[in-house]
Parts: sequence; structure tokens; C-alpha cells
Amino acid sequence: MPKITGAVEIDRDRCKGCDLCVVACPCSVLALETHDVNNRGYHYAADVNPEACIGCAACATVCPDGCITVYRVVEK
Amino acid sequence: MTPEQIKKPENVVAQRPALLNDNTMHYCPGCSHGVVHKLVAEVIEEMGAEHIAIGVAPVGCAVMAYNYIDVDWIEAAHGRAPAVATAVKRLNPSRLVFTYQGDGDLAAIGTAETIHAANRGENIAIIFINNGIYGMTGGQMAPTTLEGMVTATTPYGRRVDLNGHHLNISPLLAQLEGTCYVTRQSVHTAAAVRKAKKAIRQAFENSMKGLGTSVVEIVSTCSSGWKLTPAKANDWMVEHMFEAYPVGDIKNTTTQKS
Repeated sequence: MPKITGAVEIDRDRCKGCDLCVVACPCSVLALETHDVNNRGYHYAADVNPEACIGCAACATVCPDGCITVYRVVEK
Repeated sequence: MTPEQIKKPENVVAQRPALLNDNTMHYCPGCSHGVVHKLVAEVIEEMGAEHIAIGVAPVGCAVMAYNYIDVDWIEAAHGRAPAVATAVKRLNPSRLVFTYQGDGDLAAIGTAETIHAANRGENIAIIFINNGIYGMTGGQMAPTTLEGMVTATTPYGRRVDLNGHHLNISPLLAQLEGTCYVTRQSVHTAAAVRKAKKAIRQAFENSMKGLGTSVVEIVSTCSSGWKLTPAKANDWMVEHMFEAYPVGDIKNTTTQKS
């Protein structure tokens, strides 16, 4: 079976910390920062569990500010 | 594989559409407008219509849409977007003309313009964001506000005897001969966003083919106006809004015509 690996890149300064990507992620890859804030004072989203990412792009699809880039590699 | 090996341009599966420019949107965190803007930008890009697209922006939260999507825009007076779009499309039939309106704009002050443009069957696409509230001005009751819904002007909930029923405008427009495609979509999950994108694509294509007026209603959230977090606003929408505004195609005559 091919192994699917994904990765997300988040534009942290564009993120408004709305939490929608965290809710949409089926693999619990994302979470909002609990302490750190970005240049506009929001707790931005971060990939706290990057190994679990399958590159399904659900986070990028629901992100209202278009700050997530998703990558996917299928290893055969 | 390490993240560095994965993060290469050839492996990108989703990214910010090129037609959205670098300005940070003024919308509140989690606002549905952002998602719909992204979809409009993606659809125009996929159709290769960057140079022929003309959007007509409303008065309301999306008033500054011209700051975010890199196509030509015209600002219409409150509610008059379908009237302006009518003129633009008639004078430039080769252009992709669409309006982007909220419920306060389309279903309240612009009801007459909307109904008559749809009745004339103008070849425009109307994107209608319905969040059941006047978002920009501070969450007042709109015609689309649900019965019992608490807003700034109905602090005890909307009363039918005093304020009337919620206005369900899409089925109304579907009754008119001029409309070819009326659908209601939502953007609360990834699957719903993909369906909404297909609907917008079809509406834009109908406009280019000259089949009549297409209306895409997007049932949306206003987390600031509803005083909920974005995730809870989505849950509230599924629980309450979908009952009054069920998602799905209301009318589609394009399959017979084409």
C-alpha cells in the first residue's frame, strides 16, 4: 500500500487564530498556540503533531484567510 | 520523510490562490466571507477569466472585496448591485459579470433590484451570503433573521407578530422564469466548501453561456454578530440555520437548455 505523507506550512502572521483548521483536521495535526502570539496578537495555528499529517488539505480548504499551504507525497 | 523533503513546490496540493492579493482581510476571525472570496478567486483563476471578470461589490462587510480579489470591481449603491451588473453585462456581453452581496444588501434594501434582474433573466451570477444578520453595522436584525434569534435590535428574540417571518429569498427567485440556476450551499466543512466551489463555477459558466441569472446562496456564519466562537457558530448554523435554509439545488434548468 502506498504511504502518504503530508506537511503543512502556516503563514503565522496572516493567521487570525479562528480555530477552524484545528476543528477540520481529521488527524489532530494542528492546534492553536497557547502562549505565543503573532504580530497582530492572535494565537496562531501551528502543526504540533506534524508526523500525523496525510496532506488531505481540509485545513487549507476551510481556512478563511488562505494562510495554509499543504504538501503531499505518495511513496510507492 | 522529513518535512523539508516534503515541502517542495512540486508537492503542493493546496495553497493560497494567486488571484487573492497580499492584503490581510478585514473580516473577523473565522468569517465565511474569507472562504467564499477564496473560492471566487480560485474559480476565476481556473476558468482563466482574470482579464474578463467584473465583480460588483455591495454595501456591507464585503464592501472592500476589491482590496482582496485581483479582478475589476465596481462599487454599487446599497442593494443596487444587480442593477449595476445588468448594465455592465449588457454593455460588455463578453465579460464575466457577478455580484457579491450579503443578506442585508440583497434581501432587504435590494429586494426590488434583485427580483427584477432575476425576472429579466440577466446573464449575471449572483453570490448571496446569508448569515441572518447585519454583520457590518453591529448585528442588527435582517429580513433573513430566524424567528426567536437574538440580535442587537431584537434582544428578546425575533417575534413573528412584531417583526414577521424570516425571508427565504432563494426559493422566491427560483420561481421566476429568468433564473436558470438557484442553489444554496454552505462553507462550514471541507466537503461543503468543495460543493460550494462547484456551484460558483457552474453559476459563472451559465453567465458566460448566456443561460439566464444564476443565484448561489451561501448560508454563512457571523461569529461576531452571533456572539459565538467561529467553531460554535458553525455548529449553531448546522443546528438552526439549515432548518430554515436547507442546503441543496433549488432550481437547475441548465441541463435542459444546453
